[in-house]
Amino acid sequence: MKDLIEIRWHGRGGQGAKTASLLLADAAFNTGKYIQGFPEYGPERMGAPITAYNRIGNNPITVHSNIYEPDFVVVVDDTLLESVDVTAGLKEDGALVINTTKDKDYLLSKLKGYKGGVYKIDARSISEEALGRYFPNTPMLAAIVKVSEIMSDEDFLNDMIGSFKHKFAKKPEVIEGNMKALEMALKQVEKVQ
Amino acid sequence: MSIRERLSGNEAAAIAMKQINPDVVAAFPITPSTEIPQYFSTFVSNGTVDTEFVAVESEHSAMSACIGAEAAGGRAMTATSANGLSLMWEMIYIASSLRLPIVMSLVNRAVSGPLNIHCDHSDAMGARDSGWIQLFSETNQEAYDNLIMAHQIAEHKDVLLPLMVCQDGFITSHSIENIELIEDDKVKEFVGKYNPEHYLLNHKEPIAVGPLDLQAYLFEHKKQQADAMVAAKKVILEVSEKFEKMTGRKYGFFEEYKLDDAEVAIVCMNSTAGTSKATCDKLRAEGIKAGVLKVRVFRPFPAEEIAKVLSKLKAIAVLDKADSLNAAGGALFEDVTSGMFVNNIHVPTINYVYGIGGRDTTVNDIEKVYRDLEEIVKTGDIKNPYRYLGVRGDN
Repeated sequence: MKDLIEIRWHGRGGQGAKTASLLLADAAFNTGKYIQGFPEYGPERMGAPITAYNRIGNNPITVHSNIYEPDFVVVVDDTLLESVDVTAGLKEDGALVINTTKDKDYLLSKLKGYKGGVYKIDARSISEEALGRYFPNTPMLAAIVKVSEIMSDEDFLNDMIGSFKHKFAKKPEVIEGNMKALEMALKQVEKVQ
Repeated sequence: MSIRERLSGNEAAAIAMKQINPDVVAAFPITPSTEIPQYFSTFVSNGTVDTEFVAVESEHSAMSACIGAEAAGGRAMTATSANGLSLMWEMIYIASSLRLPIVMSLVNRAVSGPLNIHCDHSDAMGARDSGWIQLFSETNQEAYDNLIMAHQIAEHKDVLLPLMVCQDGFITSHSIENIELIEDDKVKEFVGKYNPEHYLLNHKEPIAVGPLDLQAYLFEHKKQQADAMVAAKKVILEVSEKFEKMTGRKYGFFEEYKLDDAEVAIVCMNSTAGTSKATCDKLRAEGIKAGVLKVRVFRPFPAEEIAKVLSKLKAIAVLDKADSLNAAGGALFEDVTSGMFVNNIHVPTINYVYGIGGRDTTVNDIEKVYRDLEEIVKTGDIKNPYRYLGVRGDN
């Protein structure tokens, strides 16, 4: 991992992009990193575009601003490709991960000639199979860990068991499904470009 | 061993309050207050603190309840933000003039209007003349540390003034970051028991609190408040030194970042100091001798100390995250420049009002400030000392 990785999340209110950014911060923290996880607060409405950020570093992080030139971008909802400039400032040696079932031609046509890595994952089918409901944030969390190589799959999964036990202390029945969603996502993330 | 954690600034403040375990917390439970009373109320419900939590119907009542509790002889805390502090207005002056060492966590957000919930310092700057000690915090860590130190400063017999710990709304209050927590027992020992000399519930010494105070006395009482604010300077340094012995974390009136050989410097408070440090490092790699002075103690204002440190520079920019709308410059700028003037130090100094209403302040913005300072060093021409940074329609 580079000394500092900056990640921007694009999602819609209610899909858990903010939670995913906080869980990623948690997981990286547990592997000894310095972390920031913060959403850009605006008018909070279900379905409205939202942005969240992560900085993950080997050294203390002093910058306190939004991220304009991310190493990685996560798109939790592919309808945002129509309305949000998701590759804005994205580094050419970085990558983008999109939750989608759309084909390569469509995806590349929406990315304004972006030359870096493009990955896709069908977070809906994974979530529906593993959890019985559509919570895209869990598979997307695994996908960005895989693509960014912030930590090994094994370290990530071991850490997430602990996080889920804490997060879902009052509904332990969902822990297994969430772990399954992570495992499936680690395997199913697919390189498009 | 300290405890390595990751917390938002609001969580950090709530954990500090949990470890302090005050007698009373009175707070308005929803916005415009912060998440801090919400987190704290769970500690109350779970029985992890003994505090009497008073969920009041307004911020005016929150401060009133704190005044009542503190006057009765208890240790009282509250937390608020922006318009919440505005609604406390009448009572914050009463708290300080009754010499009640209430401690407040103030998450700095814009005072409306038009309606805005994001970070700037207009709430704290409005309270700068209210007789409260004001400590500013760059990070969640500093917000936590300042709260742990707060009661030892505020309750000192030479001080007896209320104290607010400020941190940047959303930027640090809602960002999860690394933090080192202190063990509960160490905090308990550091904060100690509150033993007020005079208090209402002392039946052996019946007293009146807040009676009529007209021409014959009020002036003397105000002078005593002013003297206490002066005395607070020494106490703040003593408590900070004691805190450093416990944690290894050093605090003074301000932090000097690469100022030793600096030629140009930025003076600012809260989270922008961190962004300025990163910018400073970037410019130093290019050979520009940049530095940062981060003000931690804004009230009392360490005018002479700051002036002395700035005297070696060739140009200075003071960043204000609130405009005083006085056609002359922000509050920090005026304090820094008047401190320099009365100490006969004359370094070219300019003011930037920045980050109003949550406008993001980036490394590029700060770099522009340093570049402007370089230009002033080169030409000796300040042009306009009262500027805006990153506003549309300017320049």
